[in-house]
Amino acid sequence: MSSTAAPETPKAKLTKADFQSDQDVRWCPGCGDYAILSAAQQVFAGLGIPRQNFVMVSGIGCSSRFPYYVNTYGFHTIHGRAPAVATGIKMANPELQVWLITGDGDALSIGGNHLMHALRRNVDLKILLFNNRIYGLTKGQYSPTSEVGKVTKSTPFGSLDHPVNPISLALACEATFVARTADIYQQHLQETLKAAAAHKGSVFIEILQNCIIFNDGAFKDVTDRAIRDDKQVLLEHGRPLIFGKGHDKGLRFNGLDVEVVQLGKDGVTEKDLIVHDAYAENQTLAYLLSRVENPVPMGLFRNVTRPSFEQRAHAQVDETIKKYGKGDLDKLLKGKETWTVN
Amino acid sequence: MTAQLDRLSPAPAKRQVLKSVTVRFAGDSGDGVQITGGQFTNTTAIAGNDLATLPDFPAEIRAPAGTLPGVSGFQIQFSSADIHTPGDQPDVLVVFNPAALKVHLGDLAPNGLLICDTSQFDKAHLAKAGYTANPLEDGSLTKFRLFPINITEKTLAALRSLESLSTREKQRCKNFYALGMAYWLFNRPIETTLRWIEDKFKKEPDIAEANVLALKGGYAYCEMTDTFQAVAYEIPPAPTSKGTYRNLSGNQALAMGLVAASARSGLPLFYGAYPITPASDILHELARHKNFGVVTFQAEDEIAAAAATVGAAFAGSLAVTSSAGPGIALKSEAVSLAVMTELPIVIVDVQRGGPSTGLPTKTEQADLLFTLFGRHGEAPVCLLAPATPGECFQYALEACRIAVKYMTPVYLLSDGYLANGAEPWRVPAAAELPQFPVKFETNPEGFHPYKRDPKTLSRPWAIPGTPGLEHRLGGIEKREITGNVSYDPENHERMSVLRRDKVNRIAEEIPLLEVEGDKDAEILLIGWGSTYGAIRAGCELVRARGVKAAQVHLRHLHPMPKNVGALVKKYKRVLCPEMNLGQLSVLLRAEHLVDVISLNKIQGQPFKAREIAAGILNALDGKPVKQPGASGAQGEDNHEFDSGA
Ligand code: SF4
Repeated sequence: MSSTAAPETPKAKLTKADFQSDQDVRWCPGCGDYAILSAAQQVFAGLGIPRQNFVMVSGIGCSSRFPYYVNTYGFHTIHGRAPAVATGIKMANPELQVWLITGDGDALSIGGNHLMHALRRNVDLKILLFNNRIYGLTKGQYSPTSEVGKVTKSTPFGSLDHPVNPISLALACEATFVARTADIYQQHLQETLKAAAAHKGSVFIEILQNCIIFNDGAFKDVTDRAIRDDKQVLLEHGRPLIFGKGHDKGLRFNGLDVEVVQLGKDGVTEKDLIVHDAYAENQTLAYLLSRVENPVPMGLFRNVTRPSFEQRAHAQVDETIKKYGKGDLDKLLKGKETWTVN
Repeated sequence: MTAQLDRLSPAPAKRQVLKSVTVRFAGDSGDGVQITGGQFTNTTAIAGNDLATLPDFPAEIRAPAGTLPGVSGFQIQFSSADIHTPGDQPDVLVVFNPAALKVHLGDLAPNGLLICDTSQFDKAHLAKAGYTANPLEDGSLTKFRLFPINITEKTLAALRSLESLSTREKQRCKNFYALGMAYWLFNRPIETTLRWIEDKFKKEPDIAEANVLALKGGYAYCEMTDTFQAVAYEIPPAPTSKGTYRNLSGNQALAMGLVAASARSGLPLFYGAYPITPASDILHELARHKNFGVVTFQAEDEIAAAAATVGAAFAGSLAVTSSAGPGIALKSEAVSLAVMTELPIVIVDVQRGGPSTGLPTKTEQADLLFTLFGRHGEAPVCLLAPATPGECFQYALEACRIAVKYMTPVYLLSDGYLANGAEPWRVPAAAELPQFPVKFETNPEGFHPYKRDPKTLSRPWAIPGTPGLEHRLGGIEKREITGNVSYDPENHERMSVLRRDKVNRIAEEIPLLEVEGDKDAEILLIGWGSTYGAIRAGCELVRARGVKAAQVHLRHLHPMPKNVGALVKKYKRVLCPEMNLGQLSVLLRAEHLVDVISLNKIQGQPFKAREIAAGILNALDGKPVKQPGASGAQGEDNHEFDSGA
């Protein structure tokens, strides 16, 4: 793709348009991907990072076409391998701001292994998982996040396998930044992306995304305007977990479980509720919350700091140079024992 | 003891001068055979002999002690002349247990020297090795010059004064005792090993002392024992050209070649790998050289190692991945991506016996067709193969140079034999190495990611972080010049042809093949990779009988040097020895329509010189050339050759 813009002379301010490429966006009309693209472009413009330092990396799937539409560096790689390719990019140049766009099939099925290791290593990648609970690009087979019994082309009598919970998985992989948002929540989406950009280390964001063609309404039980206040709970650090249209419900521990309680009923007050702690080193609370399905927790499950992988890799190089001096090729070639023929 | 040791001086006896000798050490994998062999090699290299080695590891780290699968071996040929192989058959065999005797005795030359540590020749150990009678006593070894010595007991005696060590710890020093004996037999100085022990056991002075005592003990024992005076030898140094030399294995050479390529290109080296035999040593070696700016990445699997390498190449590193066996198959997908995105990566394949897990510790050359063709779609890549351990250095550099110049993946085909085998190597000065400074594209004026250099057909390398060159790469077919996604049928054909032609352009700058051997030869041998030495030695054997043979050796396997076709058409007969079932033969036949005769060996072991020689004679006689394990009409290997010494 030829570059359209002249070199970036430190322009006063980048705009969303600076992040739009000259390529026609080819998602189905009404696809949730459009909203995510737009939110990302908006956020990128405001980060104060030069355009040439962004790299969009993706795997294969509908969502993975994303890099073509963002006017930065981009790499549309192979199915499932984006975390590995992105790790290589980031290790080669830690200065780059690397975003990784993936889907439920790409990240959790064929690329499950790479996702797990990128997260545990804490490579500084902003991973956006567009979860539409279906394979779109291959025209509608069930995915690792599809509900049991899903009837699709490849499962005419219903799917058999138990789905994976992306948030639980990311937490189990020791991810340092884990959040959930949805395509239709422009504002929350943008806030989450902004927080992600500021995080140094692996970011994992599950974005509930509607595939209008093959799995329309997969999240309408959660996100529909009429019911959503009762069907989701917003995770806010330091705040009790309250939800409901009338702000009258909350989440409370019940042994090792989390239960929904009615505020004011049976003497339940705000004091009985779980207070969210996104910065806890121990991820048990975040994990417990990730298991709650009704209401669906949205927002930031976890945000802790740990040195990122590529930072440590380069620090090791620097330390070695400090300790042994810069490598001397002649010395290396000679090795320890030589003999000379005159 | 010390008083005696002070007398350790060279040439105490009348030594018989030999031109070359092949020695093999063998024992249980816990006996320290590889260390013994490695030390003997280093010392011999420093003594100025030409040499070649063949370590032979068991597949299991520790198979049950005393069993046949647990036997580990190390062979070295060293000489006062130029040599090319580790020797067809050992003249001297040192064994530490009955299993090692059982496995290796068949190879020992008639009248060869056989030194047996008798400590384990008891009923139980003999039975484990499958002996019903003690071969030391039943007269079955009369063909050889047998030295039954209880080396273990003698080691304990030599270490008597060391009270801090257990008997077990002391017994483990027996390999150094045997090494001391070998040093005496061939009049080698012990200082190199003394220095090594001191360095290696810096933190365990007791163990260091024990090994030193054992080494000196073995040396002194031979010197003081009459029976050994008749087997004292001297192998004078080989005449070599001026220079500084060191001993070097293929894996070490390859790793250094990559570091050198990084220095000479000005690009930081990124090395992504997953542990696998016999390639892991390259990762180990590179991980030690972080002060050269080397970034090593032990990935979660082979796929990730290759994919991260592609990513690092995109971001501007000298990006290299490596593997062997099944790991190479797993990399194909990422290599195809590098073909499509035209990013420079080097894939090191240290070939081993296959398919599947196959023979992980043994050598083979059966990945030629896989690396050339084993990708989906039309996915041309460049293929190189060093011929000797030392050449692994040179071709690692060359692989990197070609990759970045042509923006293409390059496979570098080593193998288990090159990887672990060692030879003396003339140390070049860093400044004489090829230099290929890389200039990334920085000019946005008229920039297009797939606009090609008219000469090389290479596209520009524009790395993230460069203002004004923002562009998107990907696996989807590219439109010519712009690199935009394109499903256009004609464009796909054009791009497929361009990708092919670009790799073929490399042939414009690679050296033509040079024929070695007789000018008026009746037969041409054509080989590639690690068979070089055996082919050369095989040609020398038949030449001694008046047969005229010539040899060419391919280091560039794709594209091949331009004169290959003319050469294979020029000779009456063309014989192609390979450690596979005939892969280069297939290519030569297909490309040049020449009736190439295959000489194949697929036993996890390199060719012996006499196997090549027998193949030459059979081919010239019009007899079938031996095909391994083939039933029915078999070629014969009934030509008798001296072991070359
Ligand atoms: S198939 Fe579904 S996910 Fe893919 S572009 Fe169309 S609507 Fe979006």
